[in-house]
Amino acid sequence: MAETFASLSLVPKADAPQSAKDFKTDQEVRWCPGCGDYAILAAVQGFMPELGVKRENIVFVSGIGCSSRFPYYMNTYGVHSIHGRAPAIATGLAASRPDLSVWVVTGDGDALSIGGNHLIHALRRNVNLKILLFNNRIYGLTKGQFSPTSETGKITKSSPVGSVDHPFNPLSVAIGAEATFVARTIDSDRQHLQSVLRAAAEHEGTALIEIYQNCDIFNDNAWEPLKNPDTRDDVTIRLVHGEKLIFGSQLDRCVVRKADGTLAVANVADVAESEIVVHDAHNVDPSYAFSLSRLSHPETLQDTPIGVFRDVKRPTFESGLRAQIETAEAVAGAGDLNALLQGKDTWEVR
Amino acid sequence: MSKEVVELDHVSIRFAGDSGDGMQLTGDQFTSTTAILGNDLTTLPDFPAEIRAPAGTLPGVSAFQLHFGNADILTPGDFADVLVAMNPAALKANLKELRKGGDLLVNTDEFGARALTKVGYETNPLEDGSLDGYNVHPIALTSMTVEALKEFDMSKKEAERAKNMFALGMLLWMFTRPLEPTIKFLDAKFGKKPVILAANKKALQAGWSFGETTESFATQFVVKPASMPTGTYRNIHGNLATAYGLIAASKRSGLPLFLGTYPITPASDILHELSKHKGFGVRTFQAEDEIAAIGAALGASYAGMLGVTTTSGPGVALKSETIGLAVALELPLIIIDVQRGGPSTGLPTKTEQADLLQAMFGRNGEAPVPIVAPQSPADCFNAAIEAARIAITYRTPVFLLSDGYVANGAEPWLIPTEDSLPTIDPKFATGPNHTLEDGTEVFWPFKRDPETLARPWAIPGVAGLEHRIGGIEKQDGTGNISYDPANHDFMVRTRQAKVDGIAKTIEPLLVDDPSGAAKTLVIGWGSTYGPIQDACRNLRDEGIQVAHAQVRHLNPFPANLGEVIKSYDKVVVPEMNLGQLNMLLRAKYLVDTIGFNQVRGLPFKTQELMDAIKEVASHG
Repeated sequence: MAETFASLSLVPKADAPQSAKDFKTDQEVRWCPGCGDYAILAAVQGFMPELGVKRENIVFVSGIGCSSRFPYYMNTYGVHSIHGRAPAIATGLAASRPDLSVWVVTGDGDALSIGGNHLIHALRRNVNLKILLFNNRIYGLTKGQFSPTSETGKITKSSPVGSVDHPFNPLSVAIGAEATFVARTIDSDRQHLQSVLRAAAEHEGTALIEIYQNCDIFNDNAWEPLKNPDTRDDVTIRLVHGEKLIFGSQLDRCVVRKADGTLAVANVADVAESEIVVHDAHNVDPSYAFSLSRLSHPETLQDTPIGVFRDVKRPTFESGLRAQIETAEAVAGAGDLNALLQGKDTWEVR
Repeated sequence: MSKEVVELDHVSIRFAGDSGDGMQLTGDQFTSTTAILGNDLTTLPDFPAEIRAPAGTLPGVSAFQLHFGNADILTPGDFADVLVAMNPAALKANLKELRKGGDLLVNTDEFGARALTKVGYETNPLEDGSLDGYNVHPIALTSMTVEALKEFDMSKKEAERAKNMFALGMLLWMFTRPLEPTIKFLDAKFGKKPVILAANKKALQAGWSFGETTESFATQFVVKPASMPTGTYRNIHGNLATAYGLIAASKRSGLPLFLGTYPITPASDILHELSKHKGFGVRTFQAEDEIAAIGAALGASYAGMLGVTTTSGPGVALKSETIGLAVALELPLIIIDVQRGGPSTGLPTKTEQADLLQAMFGRNGEAPVPIVAPQSPADCFNAAIEAARIAITYRTPVFLLSDGYVANGAEPWLIPTEDSLPTIDPKFATGPNHTLEDGTEVFWPFKRDPETLARPWAIPGVAGLEHRIGGIEKQDGTGNISYDPANHDFMVRTRQAKVDGIAKTIEPLLVDDPSGAAKTLVIGWGSTYGPIQDACRNLRDEGIQVAHAQVRHLNPFPANLGEVIKSYDKVVVPEMNLGQLNMLLRAKYLVDTIGFNQVRGLPFKTQELMDAIKEVASHG
């Protein structure tokens, strides 16, 4: 069994080792055949035993959308709520119960359109939530309209001559909101996905994990260049804390800092070794991670970083809330209802 | 110099000035002092939504009315007996609230030509005879305050700010009230600012001394204490009573209180109050919006807290979808709507009762939600506990429909002891509740209590009760997703039956009909209790027998309500809306009830109610 994850220090430990099977429910999984959600579900179920906490102290909360059916398939406590509101509901849950491991499952429409406000506020507050954002760049459950992450010009049912919207980059949004943990992974790369989950579980506070997920019905192959063995090594920048950002099938590409402070991709042959950026996920200045999030080309996906962009320490929302309650109790003792109701100015009627 | 002392049974005084003049504070202080003396009382703060509209303008006028007496005081008084007008705008906006022949105390220092023109006075009302019908006391309030404070190291402008204390001192003298409570209050408020503290005390004392020496006042008044049930009393505002009721419900249920809220007038004071009481384990969460506020409260309820959200009508509109989710999840949740004038932004600081149908029906699908309405400021305490009882017992969201009048109004409160309050048992699920055919013991999240039809409340952290719930229709018993037509029909009817069944646990509607001979019933709900009761008592004094009943539970109705209204020849339903309870009564009981409706942002005046009731009662 793994050692205690930092974010789970107040969650009761499991009495015995668990297996992925312990986290499966008897419910028939109702995603379309070939949906990327199956791979994510399997990866999450496979990872859960690593947490080493009691199953009954884990809660999955979701909003609305294909991804939001996720809680029904996890044999933990779960709430399938309403569109966009999962971070708000999970905030109330996590702020009330530090003995719970709370996970939010959401999608690009749920988290970034209707629920955008709750997402950024959960991130700035640093509530102890792990948010899995399944990004397939399309609305699935409503049958194929463009989403806030769809490319400009995207032809869909609601944009027959192309969407005129400019897309969000989810990680840029999160880093702009000063999220303390931001990562990206891919549905089909189980090992990488689980490594990111592990890092998120270690993080005290809100972790936003964007998972590139394939919708084979309405937006098939949206992330193809990152998945195809022929191309993926050339387009993907794998982020490893403390290591030089060198990538490409020939390891001939790298990330360098430009004169204006932003990051850019260069040929290794053209730069001095000392110019190659060493990845620092703990850099407290969000502009570094932000700049990383800007490297990828929104249409070709060239130079897409995956892994942990940012992982910095900041007190969690609920630790602050708890500390205030403990201080109040320490200073004045537990509340005395009779004294409260009496107040200061009373009079007697005899 | 000794002056004549006259005893009054009751008196209504009104303070009016600029928003920056401190009229609310002055009124509150006079009220606290009066409460301590044992008078019964009712207050009506009447202020604009703007924090400080331009000085001296009509939109910037803020007023506070207090009615106190030696017997049961039910309303702020239709008209004030005494009006304190700090400037021409205050006079212009409030003169209609002063009874003819009433005492008018005017700050003459502010009646310059510019100030008069600003509010459209072509001539000075102090000189043109337009105030001849009143007992006018011209007082150079500002300059006397400045004069009294000349020994202090402060600018003239700073000194002028203490003029409300001068006015308060004067009124306290006029009604023979002590200065000590205000001095105590000032000590607490300005303890760290010795100069301001001393100046305010001096201004207060100067106002008192002025009353005693000036020839403008020939009379001092005494209002003896009211005879009230024995016990310990305090003065309390409705929002404060609501906050205390929630803390009490938390203690008596053992559920920590979680308030998820977003600031909105006139509900924010509940947040301000609860945020002070962390020692009671109260968690307050000021969310990013109304939706997140209720979402977090619902999340907290799922976690086993007493989840509460506070708002006003526009906020309810935003929360509607989550209220529907709470109906579907069948979790306890208290939604406090401190109603204000609508629609849309409407009249943020004024009262109205026009959210009843929103609370009843403002959701998609069949989504019944119980509704409880407090009838006075102090009653907010009991109503909050009752809302919690229903929410916890029946695993349902509950509306507490307060309004601006009860929320900001104040009255004496016979303080209960903790032991006298009801306990509420959350009855959390602790183990399996169902045996499958093969003998396996399982937990079914939607297997109901046969008596209440409430489902089990299984909070995270209990092994073996892991379950998933959501907004999608659930199969009866198992709680699994179900699109089965018959199951949906059953679940819709069952959720309705659960709410209807609450009527078994609420007290029958009480009818106040002392003679037993009334043929006309007046039926109201919420904050109209005081004015309706006052009107009915006055009518009885005139020999007109009328009955009064105030509905506290608006969903479900008390079981005997239909029987009650069918037993009178005439039923009048006064409401501060266009007839919402009236519509529900007519729809449910097929009785030809008669509405009396006003939406003026103010409570009913007793006389208007009397006229309306008399009209119905006398036409046969």
